[in-house]
Amino acid sequence: MSIPSVGKVLRVNGPVVEIGGLKNVATAELVEVGRDCLPGEAVTIREGIITAQVYAYTGGLAPGDTAHALGRPLSVALGPGLLGGVFDGTMRPLDAAAEFLETAGAPQVDAARTWAFTPRAALGDDLKPGALLGVIQETPVIEHRLLAPPGASGRLTWIAAPGEHSVDDRLATVGKVTVGFSNHWPVRKPRPVAERLPAASPLVTGQRVLDLLYPIAKGSTACVPGGFGTGKTMLLQQIAKWSDADVIVYVGCGERGNEMADVLDELPRLVDPRTGRPLMDRTVIIANTSNMPVMAREASIYSGVTVAEYFRDMGYHAIVIADSTSRWAEALREFASRTGQLPAEEGYPASLSSALAAFYERAGLARTLGGTEASVTVIGAVSPPGGDVTEPVTAHSTRFVRSLWSLDRDLAYARHYPAVGWTASFSRDAERLGAWKAAHGDPLWAVRRERVIALLGESDRLRSMAELVGSTALPDLERVVLLTADLIREAVLQQSALSPNDVYCSPAKQAALMDAVLQVHDHCLELIQAKVPASLIEEVDMSSLVRAKDAGGPDDIAAATSARDSILGQLEALR
Amino acid sequence: MIHPRRLPLEYSSVASVEGPLLVVRGVDGVGWDEQATVKLDSGELRHGQVLEVDRDLAVVELFEGGDGIKPDAARVAFAGTPIRIPVGEGWLGRVCNGRGQVIDGGPPVMGAEWRNVAGRPINPARRMPPRDPIITGVSAVDGLATLVRGQKLPIFSVGGLPHLELAAQIAAQATAPGTSFRVIFAAMGITNADAELVRDVLEERAGKGELALFINRADDPVVERILVPRLALTVAEHLAFDLDHHVLVVMCDMTSYCEAVREAASARGEIPGRHGYPGHLYSDLASVYERCGRLKGHAGSITQLPVLTMPAGDITHPVPDLTGYITEGQLVLSTEMQAAGVYPPFEALSSLSRLMRNGAGQGRTRSDHLALSAQTFAALARAREVRELEEMVGSDALSETDQSYLRFSTALERSMLHQRRDEMRDLDDTLDRAWEALSKLPRRELTMLSRELIDEHLNKKGGLG
Ligand SMILES: Nc1ncnc2c1ncn2[C@@H]1O[C@H](COP(=O)(O)OP(=O)(O)O)[C@@H](O)[C@H]1O
Ligand SMILES: [Mg+2]
Repeated sequence: MSIPSVGKVLRVNGPVVEIGGLKNVATAELVEVGRDCLPGEAVTIREGIITAQVYAYTGGLAPGDTAHALGRPLSVALGPGLLGGVFDGTMRPLDAAAEFLETAGAPQVDAARTWAFTPRAALGDDLKPGALLGVIQETPVIEHRLLAPPGASGRLTWIAAPGEHSVDDRLATVGKVTVGFSNHWPVRKPRPVAERLPAASPLVTGQRVLDLLYPIAKGSTACVPGGFGTGKTMLLQQIAKWSDADVIVYVGCGERGNEMADVLDELPRLVDPRTGRPLMDRTVIIANTSNMPVMAREASIYSGVTVAEYFRDMGYHAIVIADSTSRWAEALREFASRTGQLPAEEGYPASLSSALAAFYERAGLARTLGGTEASVTVIGAVSPPGGDVTEPVTAHSTRFVRSLWSLDRDLAYARHYPAVGWTASFSRDAERLGAWKAAHGDPLWAVRRERVIALLGESDRLRSMAELVGSTALPDLERVVLLTADLIREAVLQQSALSPNDVYCSPAKQAALMDAVLQVHDHCLELIQAKVPASLIEEVDMSSLVRAKDAGGPDDIAAATSARDSILGQLEALR
Repeated sequence: MIHPRRLPLEYSSVASVEGPLLVVRGVDGVGWDEQATVKLDSGELRHGQVLEVDRDLAVVELFEGGDGIKPDAARVAFAGTPIRIPVGEGWLGRVCNGRGQVIDGGPPVMGAEWRNVAGRPINPARRMPPRDPIITGVSAVDGLATLVRGQKLPIFSVGGLPHLELAAQIAAQATAPGTSFRVIFAAMGITNADAELVRDVLEERAGKGELALFINRADDPVVERILVPRLALTVAEHLAFDLDHHVLVVMCDMTSYCEAVREAASARGEIPGRHGYPGHLYSDLASVYERCGRLKGHAGSITQLPVLTMPAGDITHPVPDLTGYITEGQLVLSTEMQAAGVYPPFEALSSLSRLMRNGAGQGRTRSDHLALSAQTFAALARAREVRELEEMVGSDALSETDQSYLRFSTALERSMLHQRRDEMRDLDDTLDRAWEALSKLPRRELTMLSRELIDEHLNKKGGLG
């Protein structure tokens, strides 16, 4: 451990502060500056002068003010109390903070709160890191597992009795290491696992366009680029609410305050269909909105992924949702520019792509130190300036993720939501997940996906042709392709986040809707063969199939099949 | 409350003046972001803010610029606090300039309390999601992009369109029925003629003590534009969260504001980003736009209606782009609609009120409102496709259904979107006009409306099937 010393502020330029006279400080360690003890992080050290990024408003801070080093890197306190909570980018609880945020920070953990602890290890056990020491039923759906932390191995020489304990209490001693509820972990350092595994099972998002066309595996990565208003936040919130992960870490990074208010208002009231409990019971919220200190925005992404790793280590499937990674990159850029670093692409520092790669690399399916299979999935929004997807953050993110859900401005303008486009999006997990689906009762999943993607592509080609010649000038067969593509879009891919019946959709209903459309398509093709004119087919009222997604609940496939049957009947009558 | 960290300090050691930046040497204890006042040998006062402190140097940015300052004759005072303004209801009914000095001939505005104009970030955990509508009396807005109390909803326009007229009309007409509603109009870089127009339209409401005006004209100091929205919002925060008013803050023109930010950044030698704007423009705009919303335990709210002109009509330009990334939707005005003779020239398909789903509909406006507007948008999207097709292939090649979409969109433009500049249109009237336009479509096209709604609204009027 380094010995804390006292230094002096030399220069203040917004969140960038230079400090002189501090000894024994390493980069990435925490410092405090000024009489309000504003927290910051040492980023560079040159000839004894530390350049720090400060996580608070620095108004009034002056050269000559004191500075301290804390002798530890930026860390989060991991322990019970995270679920259901709201924190800023450096994990200070916001529930307890004032209406208008003060510069000085609130404490990280609530020392007064106690938790009922049940030991699960016996004195004398020989333990390795990741071994289960005891549990706390933190929320009705998540059992918080206290594990021997990384680095702690040996004999269990002491363990607390069952009962209420606070975060300051000692709970166990493993070898030479004392373990309590609250364990600090440096946010920029990935938590260790026993082994990384290839991701194989789907994260069911409940959003048809994703699950049917561009699926993501548990432990995989995805990014969602899209201009403003294309639906990034709505899509990410839908995943946060309805996906089948165990723990959700939602990071609002440099985005809107009202959106966070919405999430905080809704999650406690929405019920998780799998557990019957409020969704808030499985959610951790990190809110560093666009008007909060810029540098804490930079930290928020790492805080979020660290919390997710912590739950992964307990054996859970966790996902981190970061809205938006572009704001994090902009914080990197702002710091670089204020410290006079040489800019690379569009003013971003040259380290941008490696920082992005390292962030997405913290996702993965793993065998934990404790021996269970668990995962961290990372999903990030990207906000390209002017919707330009060649800009650095979008371009680099695209290189590092397994799934790309590219939001299309034209679809969004036409109120086709989720506006996930079928030309730019991809899923590199699709093949493996197709195999998983086949092994789990849906052998047709991959076939269906291929047919639909082909039909959509074909219809785009035909549509640009139809714009030249008019759709009535196309051959009948092609007019049917256009008709089916419209039906795929309206009856299957469109999914309103506002429709109570359709906010999420079970895999069975997804398949039923898709199959219904494909069966109608096949029937239309037969009619064309039988020389029924396309103009007659086009007049058939298919609105019941378009309404079917909203007609019943998320598991209800009856509406899809009955709409299909009635349309098939009408079609047959045309012969 | 912000307390001064020390007594004011005064120096006569100005080392350099360059553009709006003034460097003072030998300072001790001057903090970042402090307010500074420069006294010239002529007795004139200039106002500024500390941009950077480095050892014994302080860099001050002057709102009125540095011209005419003789370094050896100027005295610089540092206040020990950031820039502050008195807050209170005294602002209502008053007109003042971009530094908050009254220009209506009356006495200065006094307030019980002074507040830092930069404000402090609202704790997101203490916010309440916006839920209730504001009625503007403008059909395009109320019907298709409802403004919600606590929302920030900008107008995206281009030079030559009547955005200022629309902003002024909304400022004059908007209400939240049954509540006390106040308006602050902040103008940045507008021409003297436009300033007169605004004062004319808003005179009556100002006279009733419901409205305050902050005006920075095109020939006023440029850097001062950075201050204007912050003054307005500081006053608004007090009215909303201390005095329980619903406050609408109209800010026009945000493009002039951003240009001032760019000018200041370039004077500082910052690395320019897209179109020369600094990389921190997003955070800077957020520090303005996020000062709105509702708070738990308070009855009041702040709603923002920023107005901006898109240079060359380009929506990907940094000013509309970054604004769109922060605000909750946008109301887009277009030259096409203007050419079609529609006021306001509202481009529905590019417009969106993101919070409308929470602030309109059952129990808020009218139970059919959300489905009706969703159907209207869907039909407009289809009508646009048909129109493009028509241009390629001629109207004869259009199917009967396609033709009905053209009839629908014409009816919507003529009788619903279009209105007079002083017309306060009732919400029921607005919505009924949308139904009327939809009645031009065959019923099977109305997939976003329930059969019950269609029966209720189209059949009672003897509409078609
Ligand atoms: N799945 C959806 N269902 C219904 N409306 C949606 C959906 N996705 C987006 N929208 C609409 O689009 C608006 C913008 O979406 P949002 O997610 O906030 O965009 P972004 O985050 O990309 O700026 C929303 O306010 C809503 O009106
Ligand atoms: Mg968003």
